[in-house]
Order: sequence, then C-alpha cells, then structure tokens
Amino acid sequence: MRTPITIRLLSDQRIAWFLAIMAVVIIAVPALNLLVPQGSAFHVPTYIVSLLGKYLAYAMLAVALDLVWGYCGILSLGHGAFFALGGYAMGMYLMRQIGPRGVYAHPVLPDFMVFLNWKELPITWWGFSNFGYAMLMVMLVPGLLAFIFGWFAFRSRVTGVYLSIITQAMTYALMLAFFRNDMGFGGNNGLTDFKDILGFNIQAQGTRVALFVLTGLFLVAAVLVSKFVTSSAYGKVLVAIRDAESRTRFLGYRVERFKLLVFTLSAAMAGIAGALYVPQVGIINPSEFAPGFSIEAVIWVAVGGRGTLVGAALGAVLVNFMKTWLTGAAPEFWLFGLGALFIVVTLFLPKGIIGTISQWRAARAERAASRVVPAE
Amino acid sequence: MNGAVSFSLRSALRRLRVALAASFIGLLAGPALAGPLEDALTKLSTDKFDQTEAGIGEVVASGAPQAATIIEAMGDNRLLFKPGSVAIKTKDGKLVDAATMQPITDDFGYKPVRLNNRVRRALEAAVGATTLMSPDPAVRLSAAEAVFKSRDGGALPALDAAIAKEQNAKIKKALTEARAAVLLAKPDATDTEKVAAVETIAERGDQDSLALLNAAARDGSPIVKLAAESSIGAVARHLQVLNAIQNVWYGLSLGSVLLLAAIGLAITFGVMGVINMAHGEMVMLGAYTTFVVQEFIRAKYPALFGWSLPLALPLAFLVTAAVGVLIERGIIRFLYGRPLETLLATWGVSLILQQMVRTIFGPTNREVGAPSYMSGSFEFFGLAITYGRLWIVVFSLVVFLTLLVVMKATSFGLKMRAVTQNRRMASAMGIRTPWVDSMTFALGSGIAGIAGVALSQIDNVSPNLGQSYIIDSFMVVVFGGVGNLWGTFVAALTLGIANKFLEPLAGAVLGKIAVLVFIILFIQKRPRGLFALKGRAVEA
Repeated sequence: MRTPITIRLLSDQRIAWFLAIMAVVIIAVPALNLLVPQGSAFHVPTYIVSLLGKYLAYAMLAVALDLVWGYCGILSLGHGAFFALGGYAMGMYLMRQIGPRGVYAHPVLPDFMVFLNWKELPITWWGFSNFGYAMLMVMLVPGLLAFIFGWFAFRSRVTGVYLSIITQAMTYALMLAFFRNDMGFGGNNGLTDFKDILGFNIQAQGTRVALFVLTGLFLVAAVLVSKFVTSSAYGKVLVAIRDAESRTRFLGYRVERFKLLVFTLSAAMAGIAGALYVPQVGIINPSEFAPGFSIEAVIWVAVGGRGTLVGAALGAVLVNFMKTWLTGAAPEFWLFGLGALFIVVTLFLPKGIIGTISQWRAARAERAASRVVPAE
Repeated sequence: MNGAVSFSLRSALRRLRVALAASFIGLLAGPALAGPLEDALTKLSTDKFDQTEAGIGEVVASGAPQAATIIEAMGDNRLLFKPGSVAIKTKDGKLVDAATMQPITDDFGYKPVRLNNRVRRALEAAVGATTLMSPDPAVRLSAAEAVFKSRDGGALPALDAAIAKEQNAKIKKALTEARAAVLLAKPDATDTEKVAAVETIAERGDQDSLALLNAAARDGSPIVKLAAESSIGAVARHLQVLNAIQNVWYGLSLGSVLLLAAIGLAITFGVMGVINMAHGEMVMLGAYTTFVVQEFIRAKYPALFGWSLPLALPLAFLVTAAVGVLIERGIIRFLYGRPLETLLATWGVSLILQQMVRTIFGPTNREVGAPSYMSGSFEFFGLAITYGRLWIVVFSLVVFLTLLVVMKATSFGLKMRAVTQNRRMASAMGIRTPWVDSMTFALGSGIAGIAGVALSQIDNVSPNLGQSYIIDSFMVVVFGGVGNLWGTFVAALTLGIANKFLEPLAGAVLGKIAVLVFIILFIQKRPRGLFALKGRAVEA
C-alpha cells in the first residue's frame, strides 16, 4: 500500500524543516517590509526584499542543478545558460511592455533596436508582448536547448569530465553569441530599463514584495517537484545511474532517456529561476552566460550538500549572502574566500553542510543504537 | 572696401614691376642663364602662377642634381627670388644660389616664390618625381610605390627618365608598374599603351592591381576592357591562393599558441584523468615570471635585455612546476577517483591564484618588452611574417618535440604512458604511481609556465590571461583525445587553421562559435577525441 504523496513528502524531516522556514520567510519578510514603519529597527527595506528575492532565484537554480548533479551525476557547467535564457525570455517580455516610453519613443521597437537602425521587430521577438507566450518561452527555450543538447550528448555516452567540458563550451558559445549586437538581444548591454510587469510598476514596493513572494513559492514548488521526482521509482533509477551507469544500462534501463528527461526538466526549472531573477535585478546581460557563473552555481550546491535539494537552496543563499557582504566589506578578499570555499568544501566537506549534519545524526543514532543493543 | 582697392592697386603695380624685370632679365642676362635648369629657374622667378607651375615641371625634367632640393625648399616656402637670381634658403637660414649651389652673401631684395593650390599640387607630384631619381635605392623604391598609388599623370616624363636610368631590377620593375598605373589612369593614353599597361599590372598581381584592373574593365575602351577582364581572373585566383596561404600561416600561428597552452593540460588529463582548471593560471604565472625577470634585468643589467626571454624560460618552468607540485600534493592527491571534485577544487585554486597576482601586481596589464629578435617582420613570397609569430611557432614545435622525446625515450615517459594506459596494472608492475602523478603534474604545469613566457610576447599580461586560454585549451584536449601528444598537436593546429579560415567568412566571434559547436558535435561522434586510446575497459 502506498502512502499519499503529501504525507510522504512531509514525512521527510528536511523537507518539513524547509517548508517551515520558507513559510516564515515568505510571511515575515513582506510583513516586516509593508507593516513595520520605516524608522523601526525591524523594518526590512524594499531593496533588501529584492536582494533576498535574488538569493531565492539563485537557490532555485541551485535546486535545478542539484537535481541533475546530486541525483544523476551529470555535472553541468552550463546551467547558467538555461538560467540566462529564461531570464532573456522574461526580459524580452518586459522590454515589449516599455512600449512607447523608451528614450526613442518608438511604439514597437526597443531602444537598442532603434539605436541600431533596425526597421522592424526580428522574428525572435514576435509574441513576447503576450505574457503567456513569454512564460511558455521561459520554460520552452531552455528546455528545448537542454533536450537537443542532451539528446546528442547522452545518446553518444558523453559522460563525466567530457560532459562538463562541453556544457561549459555551450554556455561560452552562447555568451559570445549574445555579446553580438546582430543577435538582436541588446548585445553587450543586454536588456534593461524595464517599466512594468503585467501592468504593475516594476519599481513599486508592492510589485517587489509580490515578486519576492512569488520567487519563494516557486522555490518551494521546485524543491517539492524535485523531491517528488527523486523519491519516485524513476528517481531511484537516476541514483542508480549516478552510482553505476554501465551496470544500470546492463540491467536493461535506457540510461540516456532517464538522463535526458531529468536534464530537460532541470533546464526548464533553471529557466523559471532566471525569469524570476530578471524583474528583481532589473537587468539581464550576457555575463550570466559566463562559464564562471555556472561554476559558482555548482559550488552553491556543493556547499549546501549535493543530493539533498534543501542543501542546494541553503548553499545558494549562504554563498551569495557571503558574496554580498564580502564584496562590500573587503572586495579583494572575495575571490580568495570563494576560491578557498571551492577547495575546503571539496576536500573537507564533500557532503556539504546538510549532508554532514545528516551524517552526524546518523552516526549518533547508530551509537545510541549500539549502546542499546548490549543492554538487551 | 578701402583695403580691397589698395590691394588690387598694389598687386597691379607689382605685376607691372615683375613684367618689366622679366623682360629686363631676358634681354640682359639671357646668355648667363642658358641650360634647362636655368630656363626653369627663370620661370620660377616670374612670380606668375602658371609660369611657376611650368617651371616646376621643367626643374624636374632638367634632371639637375639639386632639383629635389629646389622642389623641397619651394614646398617649405624657402625658395626665394629676386630679379635675375633664385636662391634657396637652407634650413639653418643661409642663402645659396639655386643654379650654382654657391653661397650668396648679398641677401638683399629676395622674397619667397608664391604658391597657390595648383602650384602646390604640381609640387607634390614633383616631389614624387624628383625622388624617383634619388641616389638612395630605398627612396627610389618608395617613390615608385607612391606614384603607383597616386597615378599622377604629371609624373610620366619623370618616370620615363627614371626607367631609362634605373639599374636595379627590382626598382625598375616597380617603376614600370607605376608607369603602367599612370597610363591606365590617363585619359589620353592610346589603347596600345593601355593594353600593355594592363599586362604589366596583371603581372604584379596584388590587391591594388586588382582594383586598377577592375577600374580599367569598367571605364576603358572596348579593347582595354577585354584585356583587363581577361587578366582579372588570373589576378583574383593568384590573390585567393595568397590569401589561403596567409590564412594557413595565421592559423598555424594561432594553432601553435593553442598547442603551447593545451599540451600541458593534455598530459595531466591523460595521465591522471583530472581536469586542471588552474592550468590557465599556470600560463599566467609563467607570463608574470617573464615580467619579473625583465624588470630585474632592466634595473640591474640593461645590457642583457635580449637574454631576458631565454633566462625567463627555465625560471618560469621551475616556478610553475613548483606551484604544480604544491597543488598536486596539497589538494589533488586527496581527490583521486573523484574527477568532478578535482575540477571544482582546481577552479578554486585558479581563483586564488588570480586574486593573488592581482593583489601583488595590480589589476592592470603589465608591459613585457619584446627583444629585438622578436620584433619586426620580413616578406616571404608576398606574405608578411612577423618574427614574434615565427619564433612562437618554432618554439612550440621545439617544446612539442622535446615532450615527444621525453614521452618516448625516457624511463619517466615510459612510466607516464604506462599509468595513462592502465593505472592499476602499472602500479602492480612496481611503478610508484603517486610519484608519477606528482611529476606529471609538475611537468604539465611547467610547460604551461613556459607557454606563458611565449604568450607574454603576444598577449596582455594581466591576471585574466589564463582565463582567456582555458576554454580553448580544453577544446583542444577533448578534440585531440587524451594520452596522445599527436592528438593534441593535430587538434591544436586544426582548430587554429579552422578558426582563421572561418574568420573572414563569418567574423571572428561567429567563427569561434562555429568551432565550439563543431567540437560539441564532434564529441558526440567520438566521445574520446580524435586519437582515443584503444582498450576494452568499460567506463565505470
């Protein structure tokens, strides 16, 4: 007999803790921002809300990455590309919303196209004034890229380091492409100067708080979906692939199909994270495609704990909080700190924070159990 | 109003006076000023623009040794005259007689020969024409080239004279080509002349001649058009071949840079199966070592500057090899069997090294000088080859061959290959695999260091130097396949040449993207690279 899915998910202690904390954050941060008066020590300024929202979007990217790396052993060094593609889809919608309020006041064309002397909207931009279409693209474009990329890579059994390298090459190639003005995505400067989203002013306090809450909810959804996927029968095969790919193949599983599905799902999730990130940060440019960003995302997962989902989210928030703090307090130390983090985590904390805590607790439980046994 | 009246009055008076003076000279001093140069000088001292212009042509045609000096002085407003005498004011302010080149003591009454735009144009052409006769072959050659470019009809007489006198075959050819170019551009040249000119131009066979021929095919009379059109094809083909050779050369040069940057990576990846993300930073450290060595030499032994690169090579090797051993012993050793974690840890190392260099040397580019043998260029069958690039190609080949010898002919190389092919078997045969790992890592890093010495000559020495090579190096390694130096060699040169052939077709960035996409697709076909090790093992 199978227990219902909600009960199964909630019975996982980590997920329960995560849900509780997220519930507090999603309620407390907007409350402290909207209800507590500005002068108060407990007031959370709006820019902090957006900053936290950015962390949560990163956390969602980390969860997406953990889904493929932690559970299927695919170390993607190109997840930033999926994140950025989702972000660009959202950015294109926001650009179209500017309408005639741009500097050149063109009714249809975004400023940079007017600047480049373009006469009409390129085909890639069609339909992006429609929110539904844009949101579809947020998932479809990264998903499709991942599907095509994975289709080739997994079928020809490119694994391990080779796969990591070509995902890195992919995001690097995309970065070079998006830097080009001819691509029609704003080139170097990317997309910015957004005015409103679904009719709400993007700078307004209310919109920003709503975006934060939305990001939080999507993060929760991402963790729950990932948890559901990984604890299903399908997820067990993924773990088997991670631990012994050839053996799983010899057992008769079509390894490439399992990998392809999870890779595509993860890419779409990263795309959504990017779409939530852009309106809160107010800009999307090709630097999100930089290989360095994707590798940083991997370290978030490693810090929090690979294969724990919740840990990935925690790692993303922690590392980015450190980054914000250090780049402000002692900018020259940030790269030292980040570099040391990469080394320390891989050498001394291979399971990450959450994984290590679980290990301690398991060890303690075992000790307790062994103390009980002789007494019996 | 008043000023205008007085001006015209004054100029009228002056004209009268000059005319009188001229007739006076003609009457009295006629015999004294005989000869072509003297006649020309007379025209220059008339103070009439059309006479001056004609005089310039005659000075040039006279072929007098001081013709160039006269023309030059005139251009600088240093040619003075008074009735019956033309004088050059030398640069230190003394006067010499233009006809005799003897000093003039009585400098009373001289005033400059006046110029207007037409005269200036004639002067410019004359400068080209007089230098055609210069005793210095280099000056003559560049003058011929200048006329070829300007296609000034006025230079024709001078060209003919120069061709008749010229002894040097190369300059004579240049002069003939210049003459042909002038004839082609000249509206009143006969068709026979023009057809002959087309042939001469076609023989020259470069981009300029193609442009000239195209112009002739467009504007010429039917016969000239026919001649030009028939030779355009040949010239274009010649140019295409030249262009292809040039692309191959640029490609080889880029490829050898890639080879230098990637070959160390290929060794460590092949032997240890780890991707060293800090490899680019080893290159960067090598470049900074060069910088430090050069600064030291500049400060202490400036005479030894030419030796700075040869001195930097072993030092860079030692420094980076030492750093490599540190990384291997301190970090990578603990991560064997976990290649993905190694990748992350070495990325961390690369961040730290970058920031360290940034803290010590600052974030800006550092200037690494080029010794004399690295600068300059020479021409090779129409290709301009810079010494810097040439040396880097040679150097990378030397490094490659040395490594090949180390791999094939030394006991260390044998052990390295054994570990690459089957680590556990090698260990069972008594090879100390941890020691081989350390030494391999040191060797790979050291080679990256000496690559840095070479790259310091062609790239900016900045903390980001390594980052710009790391992805390209990976591409070379995965394309070539691990554990095989030849694979790396072929991959580096192929990618270099492919890049350079794609650049003119698609632009630098698109070309690079195309290469990346190609490699991603290639990996699908051959997941272990071009030259994969053959074996029966199933990947774990």
